[in-house]
Amino acid sequence: MTSNPSKPTFHTDRSRLFKDRFAKWGISAGGVMVLIALLLIFFYLLYVVQPIFESAKVETRNSVKLTNASQVVGVGMEEQTEVAFLLGETGNVDFYNIEKDHFGKKITTLNAELPSDVSSFASSAPFQGQYAYGLENGSVVVVAPKFLVTFPNNQRQLTPRLDYPLGDMALEVDDQGAAITKFAFSHYEDKTAVVALTADKRVLFSSFVGEENMFTGEVEWVVERTELDIEGRVDELLISPDTTRTFVRSANQIYVYDTRYPSEVEQIQLLAANEENANLVSTQLLAGANSLMLANDNGEVSQWFEVNTEDGREFKKIRAFETSKQSKLNIFTEFYRRTFFTAGANGELGIYYTTSDAKLWQGKVSDGPIQNFAIAPRSNAALILADDALKVVEIHNEHPEVTWSALWQEVWYEGYPEPGYIWQSTSASDDFESKFSLVPISFGTIKAALYAMLFAVPIALSAAIYTAYFMSSELRKVVKPTVEIMEALPTVILGFLAGLWLAPLIEEHLPAIIGLLILLPLGILLTAFGWNKLPNSIRHRIPEGSHSILLIPVVLFIGWLSFAMSGTIELWMFDGNVRQFLTNELGMTFDQRNSLVVGIAMGFAVIPTIFSIAEDAVFSVPKHLSNGSLALGATQWQTLVRVVLLTASPGIFSAVMMGLGRAVGETMIVLMATGNTPIMDWSIFQGMRTLAANIAVEMPESEVGSSHYRILFLAAFVLFIFTFIFNTVAEFVRQQLRDKYSSM
Amino acid sequence: MVTQWFKSGSPWIWMTGGAVSISLISVLGLLAMIAWKGLSFFWPSEVVQLELQGSVAKQTVIGEIYDRELVPKSRIEATGVDLSHYEKDELERLLIKTGNREYVDLDFRWVLETDIQSRTAPAALAVFERSKNGNFYGYVEQVFKDGEVITENKVEVLYELVERAVELNDQALDLQNGDIGHINYELERLRLKEKAYQLDNELTDERVAELAQARAELRAEYSELEKQLFALRKEAKRDQVTVKDMRGEVVTLPLYQVLDVWFPNDMGFFAKLGHYFAQLGKFVSDDPREANTEGGVFPAIFGTVFMVLLMAVIVTPFGVVAAIYLHEYAAKNAVTKMIRIAVINLAGVPSIVYGVFGLGFFVYMLGGSIDQLFYPESSPSPVFGTPGVIWSALTLAILTLPVVIVSTEEGLSRIPSTVRHGSLALGATKAETLWRIIIPMASPAIMTGLILAVARAAGEVAPLMLVGVVKMAPTLPLDGNFPYVHLDRKFMHLGFHIYDVGFQSPNVEAARPLVYATAFLLVSVIIALNITAIGIRNHLREKFRALEH
Repeated sequence: MTSNPSKPTFHTDRSRLFKDRFAKWGISAGGVMVLIALLLIFFYLLYVVQPIFESAKVETRNSVKLTNASQVVGVGMEEQTEVAFLLGETGNVDFYNIEKDHFGKKITTLNAELPSDVSSFASSAPFQGQYAYGLENGSVVVVAPKFLVTFPNNQRQLTPRLDYPLGDMALEVDDQGAAITKFAFSHYEDKTAVVALTADKRVLFSSFVGEENMFTGEVEWVVERTELDIEGRVDELLISPDTTRTFVRSANQIYVYDTRYPSEVEQIQLLAANEENANLVSTQLLAGANSLMLANDNGEVSQWFEVNTEDGREFKKIRAFETSKQSKLNIFTEFYRRTFFTAGANGELGIYYTTSDAKLWQGKVSDGPIQNFAIAPRSNAALILADDALKVVEIHNEHPEVTWSALWQEVWYEGYPEPGYIWQSTSASDDFESKFSLVPISFGTIKAALYAMLFAVPIALSAAIYTAYFMSSELRKVVKPTVEIMEALPTVILGFLAGLWLAPLIEEHLPAIIGLLILLPLGILLTAFGWNKLPNSIRHRIPEGSHSILLIPVVLFIGWLSFAMSGTIELWMFDGNVRQFLTNELGMTFDQRNSLVVGIAMGFAVIPTIFSIAEDAVFSVPKHLSNGSLALGATQWQTLVRVVLLTASPGIFSAVMMGLGRAVGETMIVLMATGNTPIMDWSIFQGMRTLAANIAVEMPESEVGSSHYRILFLAAFVLFIFTFIFNTVAEFVRQQLRDKYSSM
Repeated sequence: MVTQWFKSGSPWIWMTGGAVSISLISVLGLLAMIAWKGLSFFWPSEVVQLELQGSVAKQTVIGEIYDRELVPKSRIEATGVDLSHYEKDELERLLIKTGNREYVDLDFRWVLETDIQSRTAPAALAVFERSKNGNFYGYVEQVFKDGEVITENKVEVLYELVERAVELNDQALDLQNGDIGHINYELERLRLKEKAYQLDNELTDERVAELAQARAELRAEYSELEKQLFALRKEAKRDQVTVKDMRGEVVTLPLYQVLDVWFPNDMGFFAKLGHYFAQLGKFVSDDPREANTEGGVFPAIFGTVFMVLLMAVIVTPFGVVAAIYLHEYAAKNAVTKMIRIAVINLAGVPSIVYGVFGLGFFVYMLGGSIDQLFYPESSPSPVFGTPGVIWSALTLAILTLPVVIVSTEEGLSRIPSTVRHGSLALGATKAETLWRIIIPMASPAIMTGLILAVARAAGEVAPLMLVGVVKMAPTLPLDGNFPYVHLDRKFMHLGFHIYDVGFQSPNVEAARPLVYATAFLLVSVIIALNITAIGIRNHLREKFRALEH
């Protein structure tokens, strides 16, 4: 800065120049910031959404050769995937360190205390973490490897131990003492159920309930045994973790038993479950225990679950997965999610997800057959026993439930009678099957926007045309800002009025609302006709272009009339209660907060947007065009329709687009004026849930990084893209129009 | 004749005119309704005593007439009420607010017109506004001052005693939130300090002793203050009043729960007016009570204003710089076009999308990183990695950026280019022209943009639900504890208050007038801001129009 302008020095000029440059770059950077902000939103949303469409990845962590691999009957690992345990055929349990740095170091071997020799082995559902040995004397011992976490010297240390969840006593499954050759078990709450095949070919279902002896304080087992009647050989036994269902596979047939009440075990179904030209090789229960997964020797895996049919609940085949063409497939399942793994005899591993009908990964993990397999509790790693080695693979499979088809196509969910579009994101239980169909909420968005536009477009456009073309300019100066002030009205207030004032009002006076729709146009026409008949002396006293002022009392009167008559009409035509009439006579459900309410309230929010842009478009049509048309003898109306509107049509189109963009993304009104139920029904008397409202309702509760969280981001992204297209097209059209006008 | 009339197009003109009338009626009707419902709530309405008999057992009902509606006779008859002696098709029923929530099942009840045997408004009926359980209606029986019955001028004494109790309660609350709150805050800071030392392995014995001493001092101070607090509370509990309610039973009301007492049927117009303004004042200056369904909205007003001002501070420089770039510097090229599209889109993207972006980017990414870097000691509880007022302000700043840009640019385009040329011709650089000439001239336009942005932000709720608003914030983002401004705190907001009280509260009927009052407050602020902005803009237009000629 120069202190003396008459003597500018070289130095100060340089500093001024520098400042000028600096300002230029600074301001340009600031301008580009706007673009960056938009791009940031776009890419950030994309960045959060993108992982759900990634396929699963499998990486080998490490492997170690084992000397006694052939004797291992069961494997498992601890939650942090630091320790693996291998259960041997004699009741010995080996613990190995499987951390990256000390991989393969044997920690210890613990021996289960077994009263007799081992004749068979079984493991529980993965999330229960229990394993059991069937013994030569007809009893079963359940063990559970557990880890004690200590922090000596601030170092995390795991000390393995073996727990006996049912106490030290073996469960006497067969009171005749025959060796147990095959069995399945589940320990659920205070109940333990075992289904076992004995050496003398009997199939026994036994239920054990622990009861404390009142005098000695010892736990005594109350046993109930039922012999199941199976024809032919028994291949596999399964029991659901909650012990309500028991399955016995005999060749290609599956016997389904209802074992809810141990005293009344009942066969409820006999499934012939093999695929055409194929035989069953193995079965497994999916997490949540509602689905039965069946592997065939042609490599097909089918999913069956119970659905309501005419004959009650029955197992039905829902879908099939084409896996590798392996004749000996084993199926393994995850702890909580609906992922299942297929392990083939040639060392091929496949990862599938049932709900989304998705094949997530397939590849070879070993040269020889996979002898045993276990998934980590957090589903982030798996233990593979193959080629006489213990191998750990890391699995990156965070969002198996989301695929394009699961989001947008009909999916048959567990327990539902048929495939459907369902949004139901959360539930109390861990093994809940999430239902992420975006179809019902997208449908709701479109429905809400459509009803709003149905209400808003006619009023907003008519009002815009009148204000811009017919209204006197003094009046226009008042009317335009008044309507536009509505745009500033917070939508939370419109939503609150819609939910707490309009919804009950409409419910009470439904005939009045319908009446308004019919009476308003009629009344306006009648007034116009009457006005036309009035002598000129009166007509000329009112200035041109103030029809709308004249009509205000008319509209008010019609409004009052409709509401005053509402009760009488209701009494007269609908027995005094329209709601009951709708439900009983027409079979329509009537929600108090319905689409009609949303349509009116959101229409209200959209009217000023459309009005403002459309009014500008009509008003800026060059006057010489309309004057020319009038001079050629066209009437006002003809000029308007044939000349003015035609010229302004791109602007009007852009106004409607802008309005639609606003209606699609509106949150508070829909949130407050509907019941937010994600149903798919066009009925005007029912509510909906929209994308925006869904985000507002569920986002605060969703866990960061979960599939649910990312799907909500996807919903936001869809809204973003939607409105981006609407706005950009509208702006583009408007720009074109402006250029056109300026050249006229 | 009629067909010709239709052909002339005149009916269609009338129809379009009708659309304007409908829009006008809806806008003005809506505003008038909000104003009426919001403002009438504070008026001390008459308390009536109704003697009922008919479809209900003989009883007395005391309360305010809250609402009335006409119902078809058949619908009432369907519920098993005998109305054979009644002739009209419809009959009126009244919604009575009976208060006395802890003694009756419902504090609102519908009363059929036909059941009312007599209706009086005795002057002796008193309304007690209480800090718990809502209003109480009844006849004052006896006033106890320190256990003694007051015999003379009991109403005047009652007024005095209520005032005294309110005063003592206020003192106790001040003590609790002020000094005691301060000690708790300091104790928490000491805990964090200790943890920070521990994390850095700098926790020496000396420091342990220091911390222990500081703690001991604070605790001593605390027990002292606690004694004072208990003394105040005990003092406040001294007096009682006994009231006969509509069941005819005499109920003792401890005065420390009474906030105000008045006799609406005994008040003249000016007394009522005075009471009205006192209630209005309490509404804007008090804290909410009873799960937000009663009391005032002060924290919500404060939170809204604080957040909006914070946002204004953030958005103004960016918006103005972007507008100057677009109008003064930008060349006509693809980048400029893209920036313009970006501006349009930023204005059009649904606000909830900003909320989602703010939650993910600002709260979890930015806030999470800040916590890791600067607040490792308070983990696992987040400081900035959780929704808060700063993130709300930032989110809304992006949302309102286009408002400021568009308005500023409009202002810039109204400044005649001759002004710029003059300045440049006199040897000023472009930056100097901008700084000395253009920006001062455009400042009213910038102001307009800012006001519009503030108005927009004040009414926005959806994004705030994700990035920082809560239904009940225990502390304001501004208080007497170091560092005085707490940008990480959650806050209350008028718009969210409306949503929360109107839709999430257990007693919607009781809360409704309060929601209308809050809505009126919000609407009037926003409309006032908008009208101011429009006024400034029009003034500016006139000014520059004069300059051009």
